[in-house]
Amino acid sequence: MRHIISILIENEAGALSRVAGLFSARGYNIESLTVAPTEDPSLSRMTILTWGSDEVLEQITKQLNKLVDVVKVVDLSEAAHVERELMLIKVRATGKDREEMKRMADIFRGRIIDVTESTYVIELTGASSKLDSFIAALDAGLILETVRTGVCGIGRGDRILKV
Amino acid sequence: MMISGAEIVIRCLQEEKVDYVFGYPGGSVLHIYDALFKQEEVKHILVRHEQAAVHAADAYSRSSQKVGVALVTSGPGVTNTVTGIATAYMDSIPMVVLCGQVPTAYIGQDAFQECDTVGITRPCVKHNFLVKDVKDLASTIKKAFHIASTGRPGPVVVDIPKDITAQVCEFDYPKSVQMRSYNPVVKGHLGQIKKAVQILQEAKRPIIYTGGGVILSDAAEKLTQLARKLNFPVTNTLMGLGGYPATDKQFVGMLGMHGTFEANNAMHYADVILAVGARFDDRVIGNPEHFGEEKRRVIHIDIDPSSISKRVKVDVPIVGNVTDVIDEILKLLDGGFKADPEVADWWKQIDEWRGRNSLAYRQSNHIMPQYVVEKLYEVTGGDAFITSDVGQHQMFAAQYYKFDKPRRWINSGGLGTMGVGLPYGMGVLLANPGAQVACVTGEGSIQMCIQELSTCKQYELPIKIINLNNGMLGMVRQWQEMFYSKRYSQSYVTSLPDFVKLAESYGHVGMRIEKPEDVEPALRKAFTEHKNDLVFMDFIIDPAANVFPMVAAGKGLTEMILAEDI
Repeated sequence: MRHIISILIENEAGALSRVAGLFSARGYNIESLTVAPTEDPSLSRMTILTWGSDEVLEQITKQLNKLVDVVKVVDLSEAAHVERELMLIKVRATGKDREEMKRMADIFRGRIIDVTESTYVIELTGASSKLDSFIAALDAGLILETVRTGVCGIGRGDRILKV
Repeated sequence: MMISGAEIVIRCLQEEKVDYVFGYPGGSVLHIYDALFKQEEVKHILVRHEQAAVHAADAYSRSSQKVGVALVTSGPGVTNTVTGIATAYMDSIPMVVLCGQVPTAYIGQDAFQECDTVGITRPCVKHNFLVKDVKDLASTIKKAFHIASTGRPGPVVVDIPKDITAQVCEFDYPKSVQMRSYNPVVKGHLGQIKKAVQILQEAKRPIIYTGGGVILSDAAEKLTQLARKLNFPVTNTLMGLGGYPATDKQFVGMLGMHGTFEANNAMHYADVILAVGARFDDRVIGNPEHFGEEKRRVIHIDIDPSSISKRVKVDVPIVGNVTDVIDEILKLLDGGFKADPEVADWWKQIDEWRGRNSLAYRQSNHIMPQYVVEKLYEVTGGDAFITSDVGQHQMFAAQYYKFDKPRRWINSGGLGTMGVGLPYGMGVLLANPGAQVACVTGEGSIQMCIQELSTCKQYELPIKIINLNNGMLGMVRQWQEMFYSKRYSQSYVTSLPDFVKLAESYGHVGMRIEKPEDVEPALRKAFTEHKNDLVFMDFIIDPAANVFPMVAAGKGLTEMILAEDI
């Protein structure tokens, strides 16, 4: 099962390596990981996309909670939540492809944020599957470069992760 | 008053009432050693290798419940401690390791004796710190002691760059620590505890299975009260020995790979397991699928939630400090406890299993290692601190020395570190001056930290080294004999030193014992005439002796090989 784990962690040097080290030491998967300080600069929020059985997920959350720097851990996928990922994709945009690229970006509600004579950089936000679909919809030969942030997510409504 | 970082380190240790620091000086910690020199409260034990400093600090803690402290220099000083830190981590021993580091400005420059201490130790510590500002030094050390000794204990590393030890600031040692990210649970959930009591009352084939958590939580006395009240059989893990008196009739022995026939069967066929501060590890339950074949209910008390339902599904998890939780159970049982009448039949079954006498061993013209441990038990009145290394001798000590008290059995159960025995003896003796301390070891293990014979001379630590010498890496040889068609690959030790002369060269007493009839007199002599000497007793034992019962790797807990099967 796919799970999105949200972690509030003390914003200290080495905090990221403690989490990443835990995953590698215990053989858990990390599909993607994002981290940045929160509105309270002493705290970072980390989002990890992982896969595993219920037993493995139970161990992952328990082990994360055991890290001294970790303040809170939540498995977002346990309840209603929204998730987003940001992708920047650089594509070749010449000749008839130039107009086609613009159209594709519009269809996927992407924005072109950099333009040269031969390339576009398209910014696209959405669920990971939407980003995947966009890549699949393009002619692979026209994709020059992609960069994705990994998933971040937040609980819906009154589900709040805060100290 | 402004004092230097180095003085702050020492003042912190004084505030924590640390009486011994085990360490080894070097460039990055020279300021700290200078501050140490100028006072007398904190005494320093100079080891001969940093690994031994950490082992000794570890055993100091194991045998006293205080936090052990080690002090080493940067680079190789730190890397040498890693085995010791990992050993303490696996057995949840509270320890603070203070490490020198190159000056802040040099960090990351591949400076002389630089290593990434925080990175290298991270996977084997409960937590670690790099101090970047002298103003944070005292509060960091306070946190280190707090984290090491609360919750599930463990080693904490504090990495201190040399310039920090030279800078000055006001010394203010915090009285307490508040950390929003670290608040270990103490009290168990009362609803869960009530559920547990209900299940205990319904149990027909119960067993109390206890581990190192009982020792660490100082819960042995409470556990004994509870067990007596329930009149259920008790088994201990290797780490839990001494948590319940081994000479008591309710004790069925150690369980696991080399557990007794009755303990392993009782554990396997129990319908209710009360697990207390134990973690169902692979050496305890054998093949988990085989163990899972029996239907049973499991109550698990542990301070670490991640130990619960990790390897065995638990029906009633109780997260909390073992002592506090047992206390609650005892309160609930105050009105009296009525066990299910079928428990009497269970006891009959257990007595039948006991009748197999699974610890009986064959007689020989040579000295049998089991016999040495039995005699050691007699001669010391069962009241010694026994440290051990890792291998056959460790299992013999665990099986044949009957520990009635907690904190008397000091060994590396989790990591299984050869070489701990001698430095463990040092730590135990410094924490318990005047106590009888024996290090049960083998000629393989003892050579892994043998340089500490020198430390023992310097500080006059009269450890009795019981060297069960079979000229073989016994446990390796046992596996090769049984599972590798007797291909003894690299398990035969040639060119052994003359241990008697070796001991004498360090200024100790050496004895070589070759005949069974000499075992007891030699032990008596060592513990009376040479009470105040370190005695290296080299017992030349039967080279074919093996440890039984044995649950082979991958086998179920009841699929034991007994001595009588061979």
